[in-house]
Amino acid sequence: MSARDDILGRVRKALDGVEAGYAVPVAPRIAPLADVVGHFAERVADYRAVVVRCAPDEVAVRVAAALPDGARVVVPAGLSVEVPGADEDGADGRVLTAYELDAYDAVVTDARVGVAETGTIILDHGPGQGRRAISLVPDLHVCIVRADQVVPDVPDALPLLDPSRAHTWISGPSATSDIELDRVEGVHGPRTLVLVLVEKE
Amino acid sequence: MSGGTFVGMPAFPTAAREALGNAQLRHNLAHATGTIRAKRQRLVDEVNEVSDWEELRLAGAGVKEAALRDLGTQLELLEASLTANGATVHWANDAAEANAIVASIAKAHGVDEVVKVKSMVTQEIGLNEALEAEGIAAWETDLAELIVQLGHDLPSHILVPAIHRNRSEIRDIFLAEMGQVGRPAPDDLTDEPAVLAAAARAHLREKFLRAKVGVSGANFAIAETGTLVVVESEGNGRMCLTLPEVLVSVVGIEKVVSTFADLDPLLRLLPRSSTGERMNPYTSTWSGVTPGDGPQEVHVVLLDNGRTNALADEVGRQALRCIRCSACLNVCPVYERTGGHAYGSVYPGPIGAILNPLLKGVGGPGPEGEQVDSLPYASSLCGACFEVCPVLIDIPSVLVDLRAQVVDAHRGGVPKVEALAFKGAAVALSDSRKLAFGERFTRLGLRVARRFGAAKWTSTRDLPPAPPESFRAWWKRTDGGRS
Ligand code: SF4
Repeated sequence: MSARDDILGRVRKALDGVEAGYAVPVAPRIAPLADVVGHFAERVADYRAVVVRCAPDEVAVRVAAALPDGARVVVPAGLSVEVPGADEDGADGRVLTAYELDAYDAVVTDARVGVAETGTIILDHGPGQGRRAISLVPDLHVCIVRADQVVPDVPDALPLLDPSRAHTWISGPSATSDIELDRVEGVHGPRTLVLVLVEKE
Repeated sequence: MSGGTFVGMPAFPTAAREALGNAQLRHNLAHATGTIRAKRQRLVDEVNEVSDWEELRLAGAGVKEAALRDLGTQLELLEASLTANGATVHWANDAAEANAIVASIAKAHGVDEVVKVKSMVTQEIGLNEALEAEGIAAWETDLAELIVQLGHDLPSHILVPAIHRNRSEIRDIFLAEMGQVGRPAPDDLTDEPAVLAAAARAHLREKFLRAKVGVSGANFAIAETGTLVVVESEGNGRMCLTLPEVLVSVVGIEKVVSTFADLDPLLRLLPRSSTGERMNPYTSTWSGVTPGDGPQEVHVVLLDNGRTNALADEVGRQALRCIRCSACLNVCPVYERTGGHAYGSVYPGPIGAILNPLLKGVGGPGPEGEQVDSLPYASSLCGACFEVCPVLIDIPSVLVDLRAQVVDAHRGGVPKVEALAFKGAAVALSDSRKLAFGERFTRLGLRVARRFGAAKWTSTRDLPPAPPESFRAWWKRTDGGRS
């Protein structure tokens, strides 16, 4: 017998006589938020991320201002703003290797959803967001979220996501508390996260 | 089917006594558990202001319970959807089978090293040691796990495995050990946490960049969509899940939940219970192979290693709901004083005290059996663990049930002193006349106990002197204290 049959056999034997149907209680929702976008901005800032709120026509300027002078910047194809001087991952059909990515100081991406209650930015790595690696290896991540992408809480975000895609949920910069519980930002992921939050027109 | 869980520890009382003598350990633990406890409580209070934490717990427990009660179907569904997503599914009865599968995948790619995300299950099966025996180095990439690995040490907490080490010890370990296995720590390394973290970043980055094979566990596995989920803080998880060409994930069969929407209560409960954050810095989800992004060869090893034993235990089955948040460790008065090592397994604290006996079964032979059988007693039954558990595992009830199982398992042989004492207590307490009779002999009984065999029991507990008269005698003489 294969391990598969062994295991499934033991599972069925262990559950002999146990009712399979089990009614799962519905998870509670949070009370409605008066200002979903403001709540999101506050919660993201709570993680020691930098939050920049701006009008739609200011995005390119604010993104440029968030990038240090002379920084080597990588962007995904289809990014919603122009970043002068940045290299595009996958340009000419050639994706950057991990070693090549390591030479970049910063990355600029769009996002898929913002979750207000938890201060979470969710990427589904569609156009404008790029492969998972590009928003991971450089030390500074500038992420653009539009006000109409922000939802109140986790149960509002899940139905918007396509499970067949890979997702990255980001709540503040990389952090560890492993040494005497002192919080240190940025162990392996980006040490700095800048949220550019684009207000409605 | 014991695998690598047993780490050669003596039974809990012996290990605990040693730990109690370590003032540094107790100081670190009290600080850590106290800090995390306070953070968690703030977050629970915050949820209660806008919603209902208890309802959220019910939903979280329900999602896990529903999947467990239907585990056979859910596992078959998971296998089918993973396969449809381009992943290769393997099944492993025990640690040895799982380790062999991981080793053979690494060998098929001709590598002599793999990078690893922190995962309890790979520790449970002793994967690092098994790979080492095959000439494959397994690099731990979580900062705390790196400290433990470089220190040739054992983790002592689920969440903060190196909590027993202070900053100067960590500096010494980095200086002495990093150069042996890769990029050395800089000579001017100080014991500032930020400086130590930067040294770990530089040391590990060269390993991430060149890695061909990554190994992970999973916090959740979604049957319907074939999605695996890893929750972490540092980004080392993202590195291991994204940069290598090949990814192997070892997943305990109890990690299955039914649908993508089931993530909702779990992702709201886990970080709040675990680190006292609204959300952990990084959560990664992936469903098999994503063309053009991340590993293009994805393997999933579905592991039993005693989980079906636990599933067959009617009272203990609920332990499989555990989402490894470690909240129960942080509130446990016993854990706070003894630390994780005393539990002799990768699952310490209250959950370890039930999970290890459930996975391995009680009444086993030799020192390992003795160690396992000692764990259900490593608790004061104060109930704090049940109160915090986000998925409502009634740990105290399982402990009591397991104590009964331990006693039963030793029936027939020479009964243990504790077993006899509890049996006597059960007889006496079950009948008021007998109780009254027995009380008259308490003083004599205690004297006898002190001389014959209670030494082991009393060396870790106070045995109070017997009162001069019994409660009943006092009540009768004084009319309940009125005269
Ligand atoms: S038993 Fe409950 S509290 Fe303890 S680690 Fe598991 S989920 Fe968390």
